[in-house]
Amino acid sequence: MKSLDDLKKIKERAQAMTELREGKEDVRIVVGMGTCGIAAGARDTLAAIMDEINARSLRHVVVTQAGCIGMCESEPIVDVIRQGEPKVTYGRVTPDKARQIIASHVVNGQVVGNFVISLK
Amino acid sequence: MEFYRSHVLVCGGSPCVAAGCRAVRVEIERLVREQGLDREVRVVETGCLGPCDQGPIVVVYPEGTVYHRVNMGAAREIVAEHLVKGRPVTRLQYAGELPSVSTADDKRTDYFQIQKRIVLENVGLIDPESIEEYIARDGYLALGTALTNLRPADVIETVKRSGLRGRGGAAFPSGAKLEFTARTESDQKYIICNADEGEPGTFKDRLILEGDPHKVIEGMIIMGYAVGATHGYIYIRGEYYISIERIERAIRQARWLGLLGANLFGSGFNFDIEVKKGAGAYVCGEETALIESIEGKRGIPRRKPPYPGTSGLWGKPTVVNNVETIANIPPIILNGADWYRGFGTSTSPGTKVFTLTGNVNNRGLIEVPMGITLREVIYGIGGGIPDGRSFKMAQTGGTAGGCLAEAHLDMPMDYESMQSAGSALGSGALLIIDDSHCIVDVACSLLHFFAHESCGQCTPCREGTTRLVQIFDKLRQFRATQADLDLAMELATVMLRSSLCALGQSVVVPLGTIMQHFEGEIQAHLHGKCSVGLCHGACDCAEGRPAENV
Ligand SMILES: Cc1cc2nc3c(=O)[nH]c(=O)nc-3n(C[C@H](O)[C@H](O)[C@H](O)COP(=O)(O)O)c2cc1C
Repeated sequence: MKSLDDLKKIKERAQAMTELREGKEDVRIVVGMGTCGIAAGARDTLAAIMDEINARSLRHVVVTQAGCIGMCESEPIVDVIRQGEPKVTYGRVTPDKARQIIASHVVNGQVVGNFVISLK
Repeated sequence: MEFYRSHVLVCGGSPCVAAGCRAVRVEIERLVREQGLDREVRVVETGCLGPCDQGPIVVVYPEGTVYHRVNMGAAREIVAEHLVKGRPVTRLQYAGELPSVSTADDKRTDYFQIQKRIVLENVGLIDPESIEEYIARDGYLALGTALTNLRPADVIETVKRSGLRGRGGAAFPSGAKLEFTARTESDQKYIICNADEGEPGTFKDRLILEGDPHKVIEGMIIMGYAVGATHGYIYIRGEYYISIERIERAIRQARWLGLLGANLFGSGFNFDIEVKKGAGAYVCGEETALIESIEGKRGIPRRKPPYPGTSGLWGKPTVVNNVETIANIPPIILNGADWYRGFGTSTSPGTKVFTLTGNVNNRGLIEVPMGITLREVIYGIGGGIPDGRSFKMAQTGGTAGGCLAEAHLDMPMDYESMQSAGSALGSGALLIIDDSHCIVDVACSLLHFFAHESCGQCTPCREGTTRLVQIFDKLRQFRATQADLDLAMELATVMLRSSLCALGQSVVVPLGTIMQHFEGEIQAHLHGKCSVGLCHGACDCAEGRPAENV
């Protein structure tokens, strides 16, 4: 350790490890993981989301799961909630679509209109 | 750094380890791998989460869901339901709240706002075996700031202004202690962290070291810089296996990152730390006996003065501080003295860590602002007295602390109020006793402890503790007279005045408070009455032998 800057570099790298436990959250992504969701491929969708977050080193993003919400034909269903903005629900989210949603909505705040099934 | 959508924290404090948390963690790890979730879910063994008799405790983030008494079956259910399907298992959830758990949608009740975590800010939240997680939470930033921007005198000034006082029992002002040693000229000085923690019922230092070892290391280095010491010792109870393992690992990690060793932060300041294991004698927690023990001699107290601050280890100026005192140093340096004075009372600033034990519903590790009342601790955090019984007494500060009665429930817990009630905040044990216990029995047990732990070097303590045991065993057998009780108080007073160390000197604290606050019950024993029905004519002392032969 030669300087405060050296310490800051380690801190920046390490912060991703503890932030999840500190309640820091800018965007929440909820993936439907009911039996219907899993059957429709939600596991692969979730994996793609995780991968994209990792590749882009996104911070303060929380990924959680939910059960069936009664729209089984639209699974896999993914909600994106940016702090202070309405919840956007996307349907039939394939891994590819999931990557687009991250790039456009999560990172840049641009809702991907043609995948949306509800807004509230 | 890999992103995980979920973190599963399994308590790894000693009480939870005893409850089987290690096996639970291994099982959760195995199931997570089996479900193919090991790149999504991170399993972490963390420090004590607080409610020690609810273990094993598991917390799942980002939800902050707390599960308690998790066994193998529960572990399987949590993985299958919560981690795979995102459905928290309500049935297994802990109804209480944990001060370390905060989530984005925090709706905590006021009860838990009374806990304030400074010393324990990372305990139960980080992986104590990861220096990176400590650094992520601003670890070593106080040290870096001190070494690059502050002079040693500035560090001492900040500690002085913070009003921090020793948390090991004697409550000596910590800034003044640093100043004495800083001012003493010497080619070599030492910093000693007192982690002997011999006070029965106290295990806070153990859980601080287990849960956040780097905070203690960082505090010691800052203190070394302040007084000009380059070497530190951590004197730790030998049976604190997990603490020893974690602190030794933390020292290796700090050396590896250049946070211990030569030329720290390019400042030219060097510091290193060594761990010394104690063999479990209560008196070795006394600072000069501790120093003798490190020097390889028999652990008996030295005559004072000189005090360690001017002549301590190997005759060199030495600062000895308690684990909790040291753990307060990094936050004080980082946030400033005014910030620290914002907690607690004006004369007793900051927080105090307690181990809440005995007859309360929620036992465990707590940190509260100074000045909180006993009632808030017992009925708020502690959840009251179990089994429909009522409060009888609280002993604050361990065996050497005072015994308080119902009249003291609304007294603020700070140094001054405690002293005015004849007690002391002490080291941090808070023993709650309900009305099924007899005060004479409590006194006997305390006195037996002192007699057992007296090192035998000075006569007042060696003989005094033995005689006190005899008198109180007699009282328990309804054979004592008022003259015996008067003699007991006289003995305790002589011990206060003439014992070589605070072991003998402090027997008067529990004894005096018992005699004063529970006078009626003591008197009844002179007349063959024990209101609880515990004492009777025959001898039932711990050793099981007639009192005269003790
Ligand atoms: C018999 C006896 C046992 C003690 N045990 C401890 C102990 O286990 N831990 C501790 O920090 N202080 C203990 N002390 C107090 C130490 O002598 C010393 O006051 C303390 O370590 C100073 O640190 P502080 O200023 O941070 O409180 C004990 C004192 C006596 C007389």
